[in-house]
Amino acid sequence: MRKSLTTLAVACAAFLATSAFGQTPEEVKKGVEQYREMLELGNPAELYALKGEALFKKKRGPKNASLEQCDFGKGPGVLKGVYAEMPRYFADTGKVQDLESRLVTCMVQLQGISEKDATKRPFGNADKPSENEQLVAYIVSQSYGDPINIKLDNPKMKEAYEIGKRLFFYRAGPWDFSCATCHAEENTRIRLQDLPVLSSPAGAKAAMTTWPAYRVSNSQLKTMEWRINDCYRQMRFPEPNFISDSVIALTTYLAYTANGGVYKGPGIKR
Amino acid sequence: MKKALIAAAAGALVVAGCASMKEMDAKYDAEVVQWMKRDFHARGIATMDRLDQDEVQRVCTQYDNKPPEAMAKQIEAGEMKKIKLPSDGKYMGDWKAGQKIAQRGRGMTWRDKPGSTNGGSCYNCHQLSTAELSFGTIGPSLNQFGKKRGYTVANQKYVYEKIYDSKAFTACSNMPRLGLSGTLTEQQIKDVTAYLMDPNSPVNK
Amino acid sequence: MGDPMKIRARMQGDVAEVRVLMGHPMETGQRKGSDGKIIPAHFIKQIRAELNGKVVFEAAISQAISRNPLFAFKVKGAKAGDKLSITWEDNKGDKRTDTVTISG
Repeated sequence: MRKSLTTLAVACAAFLATSAFGQTPEEVKKGVEQYREMLELGNPAELYALKGEALFKKKRGPKNASLEQCDFGKGPGVLKGVYAEMPRYFADTGKVQDLESRLVTCMVQLQGISEKDATKRPFGNADKPSENEQLVAYIVSQSYGDPINIKLDNPKMKEAYEIGKRLFFYRAGPWDFSCATCHAEENTRIRLQDLPVLSSPAGAKAAMTTWPAYRVSNSQLKTMEWRINDCYRQMRFPEPNFISDSVIALTTYLAYTANGGVYKGPGIKR
Repeated sequence: MKKALIAAAAGALVVAGCASMKEMDAKYDAEVVQWMKRDFHARGIATMDRLDQDEVQRVCTQYDNKPPEAMAKQIEAGEMKKIKLPSDGKYMGDWKAGQKIAQRGRGMTWRDKPGSTNGGSCYNCHQLSTAELSFGTIGPSLNQFGKKRGYTVANQKYVYEKIYDSKAFTACSNMPRLGLSGTLTEQQIKDVTAYLMDPNSPVNK
Repeated sequence: MGDPMKIRARMQGDVAEVRVLMGHPMETGQRKGSDGKIIPAHFIKQIRAELNGKVVFEAAISQAISRNPLFAFKVKGAKAGDKLSITWEDNKGDKRTDTVTISG
């Protein structure tokens, strides 16, 4: 007995292309939202998380160790809820670290991999995702449903927040942009893309509870480090270093502003 | 008497607290640039000097884009002097070429090659022709711009100047100074001016 | 070999609702790479679901399906605890099977 039932195939390019003409902007937007909802049923970010889990548990590096004993702030081996409390201060490194920075620390400390190798390819492409992206997808998915809770209970955390806030409003570059140019006014958008007001709790929550995310337009999982990197590219700035204090400070400002938001990542974006 | 003393002492404490907070703020303000210079690197055409603020950027950052009026006026006058008007005295180019420039969002990033043709990214922030549904809303709608304002040479000049250096009119405008920054050439600015000011342009249909 | 699938299968009344996410490039054979050369076609052509070893669903698909496709379907006559296996085979002869237990 063979029963062929309903199949739901996700096709993206055609959908977006056909929605561009003969519709009002509201209709176009509604269509995009509908499409996004449909995709949430099967977010390909889960495929990244599956690979990330395998990588996380695999013995690797000169020390032939897995990352399972990595301490993301709640003790070695604890993954549940850790992303919702990052960036955070780590006494062993004396630094405020985001998830991606902490992963590098663990690769160096536990697996004996050099920092150079651990940071060689932070961002991948659709054909070849980076290991960083896969590990991130796995770990953030362990914080699903947990409220964002960043505490400025340490001078370094306070410093990261204060510097991050100033980075957010710092105008420079040939186009005079700051993060606030696009992310400080309600109900604005670039082309059809809505822009969250990241300096307000509501906007910061909307963003920080849904990143990292799978981006349908380029079939890739994108991390928070990437999000900030690509914003600076579009702001026409020079490039921020991967897991640098500045990127972590900006993330700390955004995450603290998003405190209380319930984490729903990895998300899915246009 | 005793109560008053305690109150005064508490007041002094609060004042001391405020002073140190202000000191911390000043310290963080000074450190931001140092952090960026340490944590960013030049890539392609996006060189490190882009992190250095010019006077406009510095004042706008310092005053959260709302500088005191006298300071704003001073910036605007200074920027007005930086505008280079077309050598032939004509502000209008080809609106069809202007449409392409308005649509194009490429240019000036670390991925763009030196010498490549830049776009104006106009549609990222403005509505222009109603035929294009994918437009941003950071800037005002410019649909019907020429028709509403009048097809005068004075208005052509205003559009040319505004595109060349938006800060000559609004000190801390969100809009890039597309001429001054070398993003658009004289001819390109003329073309975009025509896109806004030509009666035959779809913007005015 | 292929990448692991993400399979969700749970009973809703007397019907098992199944959602399968497959990691596959699904290259159409019409796209050009950064080197300007055509990227050869590479897509899943056959998918099959087996309930306790018995085929309950089979489909032939093609390049028209997106990268990392999602399939959702319902299986009548299944019950919690049953083994559900999903297999795909692509045009290069690569194959992958993953099995889950249907949850209640």
